[in-house]
Amino acid sequence: MIEVVNLCKHYGDKKAVNNVSFKAEDGEVLGFLGPNGAGKSTTMNILTGYISSTSGKALIDGIDILENPVKAKQKIGYLPEIPPLYVDMTVKEYLYFIYDLKKCKLPKISHLQDICSLVKIDNVYNRLIKNLSKGYRQRVGLAQALVGNPKVLILDEPTVGLDPKQIIEIRTLIRKLGKNHTVILSSHILSEVQAVCDKIVVINEGRVVANDTEENLSHKLTGDNKFICKIDGNKDNVMRMIQSIDGVDKVYCDAEHKNNVCDYRIEADEGSDIRYELFKKIAENGWYMLELRSSEMSLEDIFLKLTMGEKIPALAADEEVEE
Amino acid sequence: MGAIFRREVKAYFTSPIGYIFIAAFFAYCGIMFSYYSLNSGYTKLDSLFGSLLTIVIVLIPILTMRTISEEKRSKTDQCLLTAPISLGSIVAGKFFAAFLIYAIAVSITAVMAVVVSAFGQPDWNVIVGNIVALLLVGAAYIAIGIFCSSFTENQIVAVVISFVALIAASFMTTIGNLIPLDWVQTVFQKVSFGERYYSFTYGVFDFSNVVFFVSAVVAFLFLTVRVLEKRRWG
Repeated sequence: MIEVVNLCKHYGDKKAVNNVSFKAEDGEVLGFLGPNGAGKSTTMNILTGYISSTSGKALIDGIDILENPVKAKQKIGYLPEIPPLYVDMTVKEYLYFIYDLKKCKLPKISHLQDICSLVKIDNVYNRLIKNLSKGYRQRVGLAQALVGNPKVLILDEPTVGLDPKQIIEIRTLIRKLGKNHTVILSSHILSEVQAVCDKIVVINEGRVVANDTEENLSHKLTGDNKFICKIDGNKDNVMRMIQSIDGVDKVYCDAEHKNNVCDYRIEADEGSDIRYELFKKIAENGWYMLELRSSEMSLEDIFLKLTMGEKIPALAADEEVEE
Repeated sequence: MGAIFRREVKAYFTSPIGYIFIAAFFAYCGIMFSYYSLNSGYTKLDSLFGSLLTIVIVLIPILTMRTISEEKRSKTDQCLLTAPISLGSIVAGKFFAAFLIYAIAVSITAVMAVVVSAFGQPDWNVIVGNIVALLLVGAAYIAIGIFCSSFTENQIVAVVISFVALIAASFMTTIGNLIPLDWVQTVFQKVSFGERYYSFTYGVFDFSNVVFFVSAVVAFLFLTVRVLEKRRWG
């Protein structure tokens, strides 16, 4: 379990991390999302004890990283942004070194063998790290974090530099690891976070701007009562008809295609289901419904909206409660 | 500490630094030995040991320049500082590895003593005292070098700072003499590494000098730990 309480880190006047709080339970994968320079790496460096916080607490399994660093660090596997590799060593020598450094108690040869086959570096086991490609280096970095089977894994942009096939492999691996480890991973790639994480913390300019599960996050911003509907029929008539349905609040025409086909965005009142009525009316008028979907925002939209500084009422309200 | 010690020793020999250091030390010792002892038929080794301080000042910065700066530059310090070990054992591991390389280099003087013993009756006590002194002054200088290396990411900067620091430490007395105050001169003389080393080569085994060098090692390694600690808070 990882708990971060009111974490701050100041560099002179610059607040790199400002009052960040979140919590990741056992067996949970937490995605740390934010644009470049948002404070993701700084937060992770504080969590792993590489740098100290100006104020606030970071607890790893209930142990404060500043008060009892050696004990807390035993529980952490860390893959920094740039994998900390000694390029003059072979993969084997390097992992042996990490094994000794972490004072690991597991059976050495079989444990390292397991890790190597997990991250698929067996075929470069005896090569110098200097000669490995970026993708392999990244995976050696991941292997290094896994040595000693730590309870908590902190991965700073783990899929950077990998090819699409490797990215999928690593994501699958992270999800697998997430079952019995607590994983925090940072990324600015939204689809990655969407694919892997149970919980998402969005951070911008050192502040947490959203902290929730992926579904809740998109739900809060849109709700069940917004639809996109593609209808074949005269635009003005269709607009008038939709407006006349009970429970419809607003209707916009988003896009006009060829032959009278238009996309309409319909906002209905909370709690009312207009879909049956809508379908019936369209059929009665002899028009055709080509598509009906709920207009959920993708994580991309949420992310842009949150980091562009636009406050979203639903989330802003939540934040106030938290503070 | 063991893991870091083993890695460092290995790194000295996978890079050319270890070989260059030992070779240069051997070469300088060889030249001085031929000049002071073999050519002039002198069976005492005091002038040899007296001359060795120069090469120690020149070579130790090269031995220690990469110890901490290189870790910082290649970001491998993230791996060490987030591992479940104390800063003290990281620094100690690095110190003992550098000291081992230095001790291997110094061991050549024992061979020279054996060569000399074929021609005359050397005073073994003095020779052992001299070797111990050379090891002690080297240990203190290695600690200073590691301390200087912890300031910067740049090995060249590290080498220059340590070189200046070692010259200053060795010739404190000369620096002190520039100030025309008796007590200042005495203070400078007391903290002169060179002065204390030379007193060994004269055949005086003063225990206070041993204590001085050992405390210098501890002090500078401690300061290195503080520098690393401070960087975390920066």
